[in-house]
Amino acid sequence: MVDLLALCAFNAAYAQAIDSESLEQWPSFFSENCHYRITHVENQREGLAAGIVYADSRAMLEDRIAALREANIYERQRYRHLLGIPKIESADASGAVARTPFMVARIMATGETLLFATGEYHDRFVVAKNGKLLLAERVAVCDSTVTDTLLALPL
Amino acid sequence: MSEQAIYWKGPGLTRVPFEVYTDPALARQEQDRIFHGATWNYLCLEAELPEGGSYRSTFAGATPVVVVKDNDGEIYAFENRCAHRGALIALEKSGKVDNFQCVYHAWSYNRQGDLIGVAFEKGVKGQGGMPPAFCKEDHSPRKLRVATFCGLVFASFSDDVPPIEEYLGDEICARIERVLHKPVEVIGRFTQALPNNWKLYVENVKDSYHASLLHLFFTTFELNRLSQKGGVIVDESGGNHVSFSMIDPAAADASYKEQGLRSDTDRYRLKDPTLLAGFKEYDDGITLQILSVFPGFVLQQIQNCLAVRQVLPKGQERTELNWTYIGYTDDTPEQRSVRLKQCNLVGPAGFISMEDGAVGGFVQRGIAGAQGQEAILEMGGGETGSSEGRATETSVRGFWKAWRTHMGV
Repeated sequence: MVDLLALCAFNAAYAQAIDSESLEQWPSFFSENCHYRITHVENQREGLAAGIVYADSRAMLEDRIAALREANIYERQRYRHLLGIPKIESADASGAVARTPFMVARIMATGETLLFATGEYHDRFVVAKNGKLLLAERVAVCDSTVTDTLLALPL
Repeated sequence: MSEQAIYWKGPGLTRVPFEVYTDPALARQEQDRIFHGATWNYLCLEAELPEGGSYRSTFAGATPVVVVKDNDGEIYAFENRCAHRGALIALEKSGKVDNFQCVYHAWSYNRQGDLIGVAFEKGVKGQGGMPPAFCKEDHSPRKLRVATFCGLVFASFSDDVPPIEEYLGDEICARIERVLHKPVEVIGRFTQALPNNWKLYVENVKDSYHASLLHLFFTTFELNRLSQKGGVIVDESGGNHVSFSMIDPAAADASYKEQGLRSDTDRYRLKDPTLLAGFKEYDDGITLQILSVFPGFVLQQIQNCLAVRQVLPKGQERTELNWTYIGYTDDTPEQRSVRLKQCNLVGPAGFISMEDGAVGGFVQRGIAGAQGQEAILEMGGGETGSSEGRATETSVRGFWKAWRTHMGV
């Protein structure tokens, strides 16, 4: 049975991977055929499918990290995630469906910190054969429709 | 206030004084002479106004505007400002209404922007009320002229602006028709807040020189190399442009390697190439077309990723960039899936576009204290004509040609 504590521990590790700049770990939180998307409440309400990040495989998440590391030009920055307590909608031995609120501050190379994004993860977790909890789907639904400057690191 | 605060040293277009991105007095003149001047401001897509009463609230430059379809099928636009005290009439971004009513004192407007109701106009129990001479017909928000082209809704405050087709010019019209030749629908909207003057973003859009130098993603995956077949079209006014290219895998190109530029690398390959697995949908083979209309409209086709962008100044050092991602209404599920994946290239987190969100801010910060200094726009000479090569700043100079014409400087 996937329980609240397991989801909390998962989210804590997920946030730490991004916030400690261990971005290469980030795809490993997802299943191979996962869906990951960053959108906002208005698109979600209107059923508009596009995201500012849109992936339907773990390989695509790996590509995004590779692009951030090797291709894209952006100012050095890092995040601080604060994740709320997951609201479990359903859970059994094979997985869970849950929603978790997030707040993400962005710390720029200049030393400034600003509140960059708030929102809610809409998650579907699965338990892999080895017993490991993985995200089959994570849609980061931002509260704001506006992104400041650019979004480089994942939410 | 001194009228001539602009420090252009000559009639040429190869030098741009940095003050144009920072001078607060200039921002106000731009509102009057450009966004309220003889230009067409992009407001929305016709597809976003599906039926009588459908409206969107948006902006023409800094000015809040309501754009609405009435039951006669016509589209109307008027300032989103109550004639009474100036409050916003429409508060939501979009919706469907019979009439509009200001929340402050309940003055109401029809869908064409006419003032049709003043609360307590005759007073209450014989007390108060408006003077008998008050004429509602004389007090409406300013109305804008509206023109549509290929499903794009433009509006103008000017009675002197040429008809939209003439304003765009034949070549630009043809390039818009090429993409918007059948009905489209919105598949997502995102706003990017840029920490820079609006003109820096518009210049970036027109700058075909930077594309393969700043954006490694383009270069590595052969999406846009300067040596590919393509070109730049600049219209007579200078303000409208198209940059386009076609992928030609057979044309091996060593020019980047020779120059040893940062943006060439062989080791970067996608693990999931379906990101870029597109399908051919245009017979002319053009895989990239970036089109801009003065002052702040962009239509983009990057492979199968289609979007319009609206550039809105928010003060002299801030800009809002509204992305509207579109697909055709007759897309198959597979085609739609391709577009959704290719949207990773653009927008605030786009593999290509994220850098464009940052470089304007780099300039804006870099030019602090640069009074009397100028930017150099000499790539490809000093002309503003069309060009077969894209190692040119011709369309950026074209922008300044149009800008100086409208500003009278």
